[in-house]
Amino acid sequence: MKILNQILRTGIVTEALPPEVEEEIKAVGTKLEEAIRRRFSRSLTIRQVDAGSCNGCELEIHAINNPIYNCERFGMHFTASPRFADMLLVTGPVTRNMEIALRRTYDSTPTPKLVVAAGDCGCNGGIFGETYASLGGIDKVIPVDVYIPGCPPTPIALLHGILKAVEVK
Amino acid sequence: MSILKNAIISALGVEAVFDGNNYPASMDFCVVPRGKFVDAAKAMKKVHALLAAEWASDESQLGRGFGVFACYRWGAEYLIVKIELPYDDPIFASITNKFMPAYRFERQMKSLMGVVPVGHPDLRPWIKFEDWPEDAWPLRKSFDALKPMPRVAGEYKFVRAEGEGVYEIPVGPVHAGIIEPGHFRFQAVGEDILNLEERLGYVHKGIEKRFEALSWQEGSRLAGRVSGDTTVAHSLAYCMALETMTGCRVPERAQWLRALFLERERIANHLGDLGAICNDAAFAFMLYQMSRLKEIMLRTNHKLFGHRFMMDRIIPGGVSVDIGPDGRELILSELKKLLKEFNRLVIIYDENSSLEDRVRETGILIPEKARELCAVGIVARASGLNLDCRTQNPFPPYDRIGVNVPVLISGDVHARAWVRVEEVRESIRIIREIINALPSGAISAEAGIPAPDTSGFSAVEGWRGEIVYWLQAGPNSEVNRCMVRDPSSVNWLGLEQAVLGNIVPDFPLCNKSFNQSYSGHDL
Ligand code: SF4
Repeated sequence: MKILNQILRTGIVTEALPPEVEEEIKAVGTKLEEAIRRRFSRSLTIRQVDAGSCNGCELEIHAINNPIYNCERFGMHFTASPRFADMLLVTGPVTRNMEIALRRTYDSTPTPKLVVAAGDCGCNGGIFGETYASLGGIDKVIPVDVYIPGCPPTPIALLHGILKAVEVK
Repeated sequence: MSILKNAIISALGVEAVFDGNNYPASMDFCVVPRGKFVDAAKAMKKVHALLAAEWASDESQLGRGFGVFACYRWGAEYLIVKIELPYDDPIFASITNKFMPAYRFERQMKSLMGVVPVGHPDLRPWIKFEDWPEDAWPLRKSFDALKPMPRVAGEYKFVRAEGEGVYEIPVGPVHAGIIEPGHFRFQAVGEDILNLEERLGYVHKGIEKRFEALSWQEGSRLAGRVSGDTTVAHSLAYCMALETMTGCRVPERAQWLRALFLERERIANHLGDLGAICNDAAFAFMLYQMSRLKEIMLRTNHKLFGHRFMMDRIIPGGVSVDIGPDGRELILSELKKLLKEFNRLVIIYDENSSLEDRVRETGILIPEKARELCAVGIVARASGLNLDCRTQNPFPPYDRIGVNVPVLISGDVHARAWVRVEEVRESIRIIREIINALPSGAISAEAGIPAPDTSGFSAVEGWRGEIVYWLQAGPNSEVNRCMVRDPSSVNWLGLEQAVLGNIVPDFPLCNKSFNQSYSGHDL
C-alpha cells in the first residue's frame, strides 16, 4: 500500500526537475532516440567495461540510468555480455592487469562495434599517466571512435558523447 | 600516558625508542629492534589493540634500509611500531599469526616492496600478477615507474577444496553489471558456498608510486582519485597527514566546510547503496527512489560547489570553495525534503516482508570475526564494533557537534543496510548544525612544505570507514612514500567470511551490502 502511495506521490519524476535541466536532457535524448532508431533499429546495446578507473566514471554511468536521466527511454540499455553489444563504453586508464581482459572483451564484441572512451583517464590516462601499471588511455589498447572528457564526465556529457558516437557510424 | 604506549614499554622496556618530534601529538611512534617486531605485536594483542595497517618504506635515500611499520589502534589511540631492515637482507618476522589483516598487508609488502615476512602462511603474490617479472618491486626507489613492465609466464594457484560434489565457479574479472573488475572463486556443494577466494589487483594503477612523482599539492588531487566515490574523505585524509607534517593550522571555517563535504559524500553514497542492496534483493522500486534522491544531492553539489562529487574541493591548508547565505538556504530546504522522503522509504523497506526474508540472517559477519579481522566502518558497526574516527579522533566541528554512532550486532545484510539508514539521518542532523553555526573567516591557509625526513599520519572516517594515510618526506622534502589504506583493504577479508554457508545466489546481495572499493584496495 505504502509503495503504491509513494509511486502515486512521486509521479513521473522527470517532471519535478527545473525546466532548463529537463530541456537539456530532452534535447540530447530526442536526437539520441532518432539516431538510434535510424541506425540501430531502435535499440542501442551497450557493454560497459571498467579497464582500471577509480570508479568515479562508473557512478555517472549509473546515473544516466536513474529515473531523472532514464536513458532507456531513448532506446539505449546496458547488457551483461559483450556478444550482444553494439557499443563498448570504456573507462580507465587501462591498467596493465586489465589489458588482456579488455582486449578479450573487444574481440568478443561483434563488428561493427563502436568504442567510446569515457573520462579523462579513458581519453589519455588522466592523473595516473603512463607507468609500469597504467598504460594510459583506452586507445593504447583498442581503437576508439569517440572520446568523452571530464573527471568524471557528467551524465549529460555522457549522453552527448554517446550520441556523437551513434551519429559517427 | 596511553594504554598502547604503556603496553609496549612494559613489554620491551628501553628497547622501544620513542620519537615525539616526528609525529602529530595525537599518536605515539616507536622504533624497536628487528627481532622484537613480533613481541611488540604480542603486547598489542594483549591489550586488545586492532591492527590498522602494516607497510614498508624504502629509506635508502635517507641513508637507511627499509622501514617496516605496523600501526595499531585502540579506541582513540594510534601507535606505530617501526623496525629497520638492512637493504641487502630485507627479512622480518610475520605478525599474521597475531593479527589477521596482516595476512594481506604482508603479501602486498612482499609483492610490491620485496621485503619478506618470514613465517607468513601464504606467500603467493598479492596485487602483483603472475605475469610480472619476479624482481619487479615498484615501491623500491631503484624501480623506474615510467618504464612499461614486460610480461613473463606464470600461474596463480587458487586454493582448492576437494571432495564429492564440490565444484568451482570462477567469476570475473569482467562482471555482468556496471561494476569494477575483480575475480572471485567459489567452491560450492549444491547451492552452498564452502569457500570463497578473492583475487584482486586488476585495477592496480600504481597509485602509491605515482605520489612519489607528484608535488605535495598535486598529491591531494591524486588522493581524491584513489576511489572516486570517496574523493572527499581521501583527499581530506591526505591533506590532514600533510598538515601534521608542516604544522599548518587550517582555519576553522575550512574545517567545518570539510565536515560538510564529508557528510554530504556519506549521505549520497549511503543512498546509492541502499537502493542497490534492495535492487539485488529483487526490489527495484527502492533503487529508483534512492537513486533519485542521490541525484538531487549531486545536483546541489554541482550547483554550489562546482562538482557533483566535490573532487578537488579539499586542498592542502583548507578548501577551495566557500558557501554563501543562498547556498545555506538551498541545503536546508534540500535536506528537509530529502529527510521526509527518506523516512517514508525507510518505512517501506522495514515493512516489506519479502525483502526482510532476503536481508535478515544473510551474509553474517559475527562480531568475533569482525574483531579478529580488524574490520572498520559500516561493516564493523554492523558487527558490534563501536569504531568511528569522527568520535574517537574528531577534528572541529565533530568535537563540538558530536556524532551518534549506530552499532548493531546481527552482522547480516540487514544490519549493514540499517547502519546506513541511521547514518543518513545522523549526517543530515550534522549538516544542519554545521549550516546553522558555521564560523566566519578564511577558507584556507598556506600548507607549507614538510622538512626532510619527517612523516605525517591521519585517520579519517570516510563513508565506508576509517581511511589511513602515512606520508614521508625524502631528503629534498619531496614525497618519499605515501601509504594509503582504504577501508576496503581490511573489509574485503570480511566478505570472504560472511558468505560462507550462504547460497551462491545470495552472493551479489552480500557483496552489495559490503560494497568495498576495488580501486582503493588495488591502488
Ligand atoms: S576520469 Fe576521473 S572519475 Fe573517471 S576514472 Fe579517471 S579519475 Fe576517476
